[in-house]
Amino acid sequence: MQLSTRHLLGIRDLEPQDVQKILDTAQQFKEVLQRPIKKVPSLRDITIVNLFYENSTRTRISFELAEKRLSADTINFTASGSSVSKGETLLDTVNNILSMKVDMVVMRHSATGAPHFLSKRVPAVIVNAGDGINEHPTQALLDAFTIREKLGTLEGARVAIIGDIMHSRVALSNIYLMRKMGAEVMLSGPPTLIPRHIEEAFNVRVEYDIDKALAWCDVANVLRIQLERQNQVLFSTLREYSQAYGINRRRLDKVGRPIHVMHPGPINRGVELDSDVADSGHSLILGQVENGVAVRMAVLYLLSGKS
Amino acid sequence: MQDQTTIMDKAQLELTLKRLAHQLIENHHPFNDTCFIGIQPRGVPVSDFMIDYIRGLYPGLPIDYGKLDITFYRDDIRERLHVPSETNLPFSIENRKVVLIDDVLYTGRTIRAALDALLDNGRPSKVELCVVVDRLFSRQLPIHPDYCGRSIDSIVTQKVKLIWGDHPHVILYDAA
Repeated sequence: MQLSTRHLLGIRDLEPQDVQKILDTAQQFKEVLQRPIKKVPSLRDITIVNLFYENSTRTRISFELAEKRLSADTINFTASGSSVSKGETLLDTVNNILSMKVDMVVMRHSATGAPHFLSKRVPAVIVNAGDGINEHPTQALLDAFTIREKLGTLEGARVAIIGDIMHSRVALSNIYLMRKMGAEVMLSGPPTLIPRHIEEAFNVRVEYDIDKALAWCDVANVLRIQLERQNQVLFSTLREYSQAYGINRRRLDKVGRPIHVMHPGPINRGVELDSDVADSGHSLILGQVENGVAVRMAVLYLLSGKS
Repeated sequence: MQDQTTIMDKAQLELTLKRLAHQLIENHHPFNDTCFIGIQPRGVPVSDFMIDYIRGLYPGLPIDYGKLDITFYRDDIRERLHVPSETNLPFSIENRKVVLIDDVLYTGRTIRAALDALLDNGRPSKVELCVVVDRLFSRQLPIHPDYCGRSIDSIVTQKVKLIWGDHPHVILYDAA
């Protein structure tokens, strides 16, 4: 029943059956979250630290809620206001926290590979909540859960990932996961935001014409334009981006059949996604957030067995 | 599975399940105050059979019947993780009588977990337990069945299993 890995560092390390186990377990946790008492005692002997070196709203709250619903003890650490500003290293910070008998570390860091680095040096179970431009595995898992809920299966599902592929850890985790589970993936966005040769590297399609990508897909996973990670000009203005690649009602109407629209949040309204789509019946965005708690409960539960 | 003994064959098992169903009818008919809950995974085929039988005797009478998974409430999670099954309780248990149905009562730990899982769904006025086989002298918690198909003596190294399929039967075998 346990996963084939001790940590969740990325979707890259998971076997398809691991993904299956996580999604199936999350299904049962989703039912738990509908009960009058939305809590199970599974992790009452486990202490988890949420180590956030980068800003987060959804992921941090979602993990914290998942931990509480599993009866784990939780500690929250954010880099601002901590001794990080006094120059303490990541390893020192974590070792100090672990000496207070912590079993699992949920971490987000702006440096790619930070959780991998820690996993080789500390005895705790590490869960990656986003590292730099590498992976955001739990986001991909909750996206997959949401798609499976809507379409019944991931096998053969046509998923378009639209926008800033280059800087998006959500995109990379989603590509790994969708390909592992037999979904077809098309990447769409400006050529400057899609890495070259990504088709061959990941066996995905690339379509620079957003309307063609929408016409092809069942699900459009729209990514946020990550201005904070771009240190060069990759498109001229946000207004131009919105006109050429933004998802709006007019574009969806042109497709002539319903497409499910997802977004990992936070949305730049009016840039990659218009409000009339984000708040419409096409949108699965709030469903994604709801499923996030169940999926994270499943991940924590399945990783707790090896501690 | 060498040295396995059949303790109940198909005919005996069906007879026992029907007898248990009649006891439930005797105590709970017309069921407006009662709901029946099978414990996942192995209690559910038993409860399916019994509820089908009761519904056959009282066609049209509404009977609340659900399934409860106890995986997340187990006390041996750190030793081994189990696969969760579906929980489906499409009714309120608040202030009602609940009959938990399972196949084999052994240490009592499953029922302890089931009580915890149940109470997270509301506060029943009373909880009863119905099992097909009660393994005597093996309890680790103060739990006893209200309805019992067959009581047997067995030792720790033995296992008792209710097998479904075309020919449902109950076997006792040495697991060592």
